[in-house]
Amino acid sequence: MGNAFFVLDDGKIFEGQSWGSDGESYGEAVFSTGMTGYQETLTDPSYHRQVVIMTAPHIGNTGMNKVDEESRKIWVSGFVVRDPSPIVSNWRAQRSLEDDLVAQGIVGICNVDTRAITRHLRECGVMRVGIFSNMDLSREEMVKLVRKSPEMSGSQLSAEVSTEKKYIVPAIGEKLFTVAAIDLGIKAATPRLMSERGIEVHVFPQDASMEQLLEISPDGVFLSNGPGDPSTMVEVVALVRELLLKQIPIFGICFGHQIFGRALGFETYKLRYGHRGINQPVLDKTTNKVEITAHNHGFAVQAPMDGSFDTVYGKGEVTHICLNDGVVEGLALLDRPAFSVQYHPEAAAGPHDASYLFDRFVDLMKGGVHATP
Amino acid sequence: MPRLNEIKSVLVIGSGPIVIGQACEFDYSGTQACRVLQAEGIRVILINSNPATIMTDPEFADATYIEPITPEFVEKVIAKERPDAILATLGGQTALNAAISLHDAGILDKYKTRLIGANVDAIRRGEDRQLFKEIVASIGGESAGSMICHTIEDCYKAAERFNYPVVVRPSFTMGGLGSGIAYTKNELTEIAGAGLRYSPTTEVLIEESILGWKEFELEMMRDYKDNVVVVCSIENFDPMGVHTGDSITVAPAMTLTDVEYQKLRDLSIGIIRAVGVDTGGCNIQFAVNPADGRIVVIEMNPRVSRSSALASKATGFPIAKIAAKLAIGYSLDEIKNDITQETPASFEPTLDYVVVKVPRFNFEKFPAADNRLTTTMKSVGEAMAIGRSFPEALQKALRSLEKKGSSFSWDQIVKSKAELLIESGVATESRIHSVQQAMFLGATVEQAHEASFIDLWFLAQIEIINKMAHLLLQPGEISEKVLRDAKRLGFSDLQIAQLTGSTEEDVRKRRSILGMHPVYKTVDTCAAEFKAMTPYHYSSYDYETEVEPRTKPAVIILGSGPNRIGQGVEFDYSCVHAAFALRAMDFETIMINCNPETVSTDYDTSDRLYFEPLTFEDVMEVYEAELAVGPIVGVVVQLGGQTPLGLAARLQAAGVPIVGTSPAAIDIAEDRGLFGQLLKDQNLRAPKFGMAGSFKQAQKIANEIGYPVLARPSYVLGGRGMEIVYDEETLAAYISKSTEISLTHPVMIDKFLDDAIEVDVDALFDGEELFLGGVMEHIEEAGVHSGDSACVLPPTSIDASLTKEIREATKKIARGVGVKGLINIQFAIAENLLYVLEANPRASRTVPFVSKATGISLAKCAAAISLGKTIADLREEGALPKVGDGIAQGISVKEAVLPWNRFRKKDGSGVDSLLGPEMRSTGEVMGRDDEFGAAFSKSQSGALGALPISGAVFASFADRDKGKCVDSVKALAKLGFEIVATAGTAKFLAAEGIKSKVIRKYSDGLGPKGELTAVDSIESGEVALVINTPFGSGAREDGWRIRTAAVARGIPIITTIPGLKAAVLGIAAQQKGGFQVKSLQDWLK
Repeated sequence: MGNAFFVLDDGKIFEGQSWGSDGESYGEAVFSTGMTGYQETLTDPSYHRQVVIMTAPHIGNTGMNKVDEESRKIWVSGFVVRDPSPIVSNWRAQRSLEDDLVAQGIVGICNVDTRAITRHLRECGVMRVGIFSNMDLSREEMVKLVRKSPEMSGSQLSAEVSTEKKYIVPAIGEKLFTVAAIDLGIKAATPRLMSERGIEVHVFPQDASMEQLLEISPDGVFLSNGPGDPSTMVEVVALVRELLLKQIPIFGICFGHQIFGRALGFETYKLRYGHRGINQPVLDKTTNKVEITAHNHGFAVQAPMDGSFDTVYGKGEVTHICLNDGVVEGLALLDRPAFSVQYHPEAAAGPHDASYLFDRFVDLMKGGVHATP
Repeated sequence: MPRLNEIKSVLVIGSGPIVIGQACEFDYSGTQACRVLQAEGIRVILINSNPATIMTDPEFADATYIEPITPEFVEKVIAKERPDAILATLGGQTALNAAISLHDAGILDKYKTRLIGANVDAIRRGEDRQLFKEIVASIGGESAGSMICHTIEDCYKAAERFNYPVVVRPSFTMGGLGSGIAYTKNELTEIAGAGLRYSPTTEVLIEESILGWKEFELEMMRDYKDNVVVVCSIENFDPMGVHTGDSITVAPAMTLTDVEYQKLRDLSIGIIRAVGVDTGGCNIQFAVNPADGRIVVIEMNPRVSRSSALASKATGFPIAKIAAKLAIGYSLDEIKNDITQETPASFEPTLDYVVVKVPRFNFEKFPAADNRLTTTMKSVGEAMAIGRSFPEALQKALRSLEKKGSSFSWDQIVKSKAELLIESGVATESRIHSVQQAMFLGATVEQAHEASFIDLWFLAQIEIINKMAHLLLQPGEISEKVLRDAKRLGFSDLQIAQLTGSTEEDVRKRRSILGMHPVYKTVDTCAAEFKAMTPYHYSSYDYETEVEPRTKPAVIILGSGPNRIGQGVEFDYSCVHAAFALRAMDFETIMINCNPETVSTDYDTSDRLYFEPLTFEDVMEVYEAELAVGPIVGVVVQLGGQTPLGLAARLQAAGVPIVGTSPAAIDIAEDRGLFGQLLKDQNLRAPKFGMAGSFKQAQKIANEIGYPVLARPSYVLGGRGMEIVYDEETLAAYISKSTEISLTHPVMIDKFLDDAIEVDVDALFDGEELFLGGVMEHIEEAGVHSGDSACVLPPTSIDASLTKEIREATKKIARGVGVKGLINIQFAIAENLLYVLEANPRASRTVPFVSKATGISLAKCAAAISLGKTIADLREEGALPKVGDGIAQGISVKEAVLPWNRFRKKDGSGVDSLLGPEMRSTGEVMGRDDEFGAAFSKSQSGALGALPISGAVFASFADRDKGKCVDSVKALAKLGFEIVATAGTAKFLAAEGIKSKVIRKYSDGLGPKGELTAVDSIESGEVALVINTPFGSGAREDGWRIRTAAVARGIPIITTIPGLKAAVLGIAAQQKGGFQVKSLQDWLK
């Protein structure tokens, strides 16, 4: 193991050991607090161009397997852990984590004080970072390189993660509905959960046109999660506005929720350090119940919390809020069949508390006017 | 909804005496509950028979009843107080069982009160194994194959169905009492037979064996809105087959993918809903087959449990506190997370550290007991450690046990790899060491796994530790990097010194030169996502420290570490009081302790909490880290028992100020030579004694002072290794057992005062004035360890002049030793002469008892005196009475609770239940009333061995006791008891004019017409009370059989004449009946 450096935009440097691939890598430094699910995190396209710091110290214990992959590859641009596991211990494991990191060229760093990094990001906000593993660079050179790397704000990244060609995930059992899912960085669990509910899911590239969508006569349109700054998603926002006028049921999650919010006319903004974890309490205002949810978002929608609000598509309301910090976590129109949540009801990784949202989507497609419990 | 406004008063049921399986974690949870309810303006009524608890301090409830937790007494309290609701889910199985009895007896309806926190149906569904199995199936879960059995024949049938081995689990017992694994029919007969007897419903479950599977536990909370959260996941290091209380456990779970973990979570949520735990906590245990991931639900506890306390300390999420809030109508999202102060409690804590809990055993006190670990819990305490990695946390936890050989070692491995691998196959206290040493000698992780079934991941982590040991063993000076890496893996300076051939002091110096110190991280529930407002710290060799600067002068209080026999909740009681008292004096209080079951390790007991091992190294590091951020007045060592006391001298030598009694003074009290001189100078009488470094010396001393003698090692607590020796042969045997005897570790030989009355005194001394807290007279004669003896306050047979003499002697000793704070002295009175047995310049086990009886907080006063207050000051402030000593109101009896029913020999038979100089009790209760008989009777009921009011008494006496027993046996006959005795005793009794029924001796076997022996008749439940005084030295088969039969059947057993006398008074009082209950607050009026 050689030396590796975790170098932040503000000049703070943490020294650790090389792990995964050698070399240099850049991205936005974000921390994830989940104690399980590193494989799902690594393969979640929403983490594209982000360097993920795992707050749980022991990572890699259960290795990697085919089933838990959320997409075709590892997306994080760098992986930061304290104690990588020397062995793999799980009956489903097929490979070791480090083998996969090396095979896919992911630069990692280990034996750093991940808690100190997390505290720093919490206090100073997320920022650009570089990992330099077994490189012969001075501290000044490394900081300079980090400051040359692209910022997350203003980045349009969907095209980089989206599927190139449309594909179909068939319904399990009797087919009840057809849904057009716009892949802005979709995870495998999402179409799977829809297919379990009798939905045939057509996963479209992020630049799909209205005509392409209408070709399959969708009962509903799903807007997926994904990386990047929602303010850059002008075309998809326009597409959503058209869909709203056509009264086609819409369900958006995460990045899709932010796009939905922008389509309704709300602003999105960047959170200081985002929500990334699988223990986030969200209140469903319509039922007054709390669900423990999986989050991965650095941006959020600015919308009025109390009562309903008016949009060009009629009245709407904030349906979900995060109890930790009051961030808007869900939106719904009251007169049209469209709603969205900021978090991950497919929850891979994470608790299954919010899977009912897919049932709400089904209810809308059955002819419900607005998303209700 | 804020809360249920119709609830104006709540009865909280505590958990009674500390027993194996139910320890001071329920003091922690109960104390939290009381504080929550009081803060809500609810009138809190508390019943708990255990005086050593913090919850029974008068300030934690409006009416505190130190009365037995039996349906009879709880009803009396209900009748008197008429509470709106009863909270029974925070007092362990004892409280839950009491609640169910009250419900079944219609008492709740009668007094129009109700249970909150859980309803009886939910409790039944959670605890009735068959109902629970159905629930598991209904939500799509799987249970191990099992059959409910009510007879031993049913058990055989079940075993044929599942094949041996099978698991035996009795219904409605706590801590897995009576459960076990049967590999053969004989073992099944033994275990299931006992299990059927232990079960109040004569019911056992025979279960398919899932030995060797991985074991997990989820701690859950649910509110009335049906919000459910997982507070903590726990993975057992020990695979299935060892009771979770006896397992090394790890939080969070380490070897599950998210998919598998979420399956456990979904099942848990399904179960908590289906069982119907309306509000509060529960835990659910799972077994997972490592080969294919098959999940089997093992069991649930529909209440706050031992694991809840561990989970609370492991995560910072105060389960009991929140359970209490949920019970009165709050929902999780309405409760604030104390630690972040901005986020709600409706979330799931996430950890950025690893927590390891290791059990503390006391097998050395029960040498005959089978030390294999099974599904019956046998550990008496636990230590928890937190680290940033598993190796760090594990090594810290092992050294927190504070027991010789508990830390990993690499030198002096005498066994071969093959032997160690065989040992690894049997779960024992030392299995982890066998595994570690086998791998150190070259066994692979896979081999160790095949032998032990311990998960490969844990073994690989131990291998990392072993690899470091190899590195440290390399000749030459170790590099800074290696040293740092070793510290990161949790190696202590001492371990490094052993491996590198240097000394602990040298390693420490080297680190000091290199500036290599641990940092202190914070337990914050959220992996640093939010700022933590509570300084709950743990050490780690990492990069950034989180200790905040402070301006207030601080006092560090050293806790007492893991509970063990002789050092339990009583010491935590004193430490917590010190924290409260010193905070009131405007000091910043800093607690160091490693026992997750305690109130002292609650994050809001002190201003700062360091969850750290109580070793010299770990304490010094905290001291230095705190000294770097603000002034420190000193360290309090006299309240946590022998653990901190043992560190005092070294800490002082390292420049740490010790407040209160100085280490030099401690030494005077503990060094028999110095103490003997002090007694001589003060003209105080002591039994003759000598110190022997060899058998020859011991023999000489014993001959000089005359047998019987009391032999014991120096510097011990709880009478470890202490024995009464009646002759030279036994003395030789004792010395040969004491392998550690040497000139530096001598054995004490004291004259043993036969038939003496023993007296315990707790007093405060400030250098000038003495305050006598209380004088307790032991009910059992001298020779029974003070911790195991019942005692009464005030004394019943000590006259005024003797009391005066005791006071004067106490003052002379306190002054002579140089006490500043508390002192405990044991005296013996033989033929009306006062002898000093020993003095302990620290808080004693009896401090809480005395405080409850007299209404004076001795521990708080001791802390204040340590920091410079005088007794005059305390009298002025009202903490002590204006004049005079402590006065007990009413008669208070303390009774010890012994764990005999927990231990069996390898052949399955019980261990002997004789009292002796070695302490073996795990807990205590207090009985209080206006007169002795009633108080004693209450103490027996509280100690779970209520005296009978009628029936047959089996009596057998040692010859030397026969003359002394006559009056008592006569009295029993007069009280209407049928006396049953074997021929010899019957003949003797007849000569004294006492009629008795003759029964066969055990050794005679069954009679020709099937006449029962004494043992059979005890086992068949025909006897209501057993009296058996031991026959001097040496084992006697009959006596042992009789005693173990009584223990197994749960029949009260009396083994001493003074105990018998007290019992007669108690029975007489019971027959009169009409016991009143009276709250502590009323007693103190």
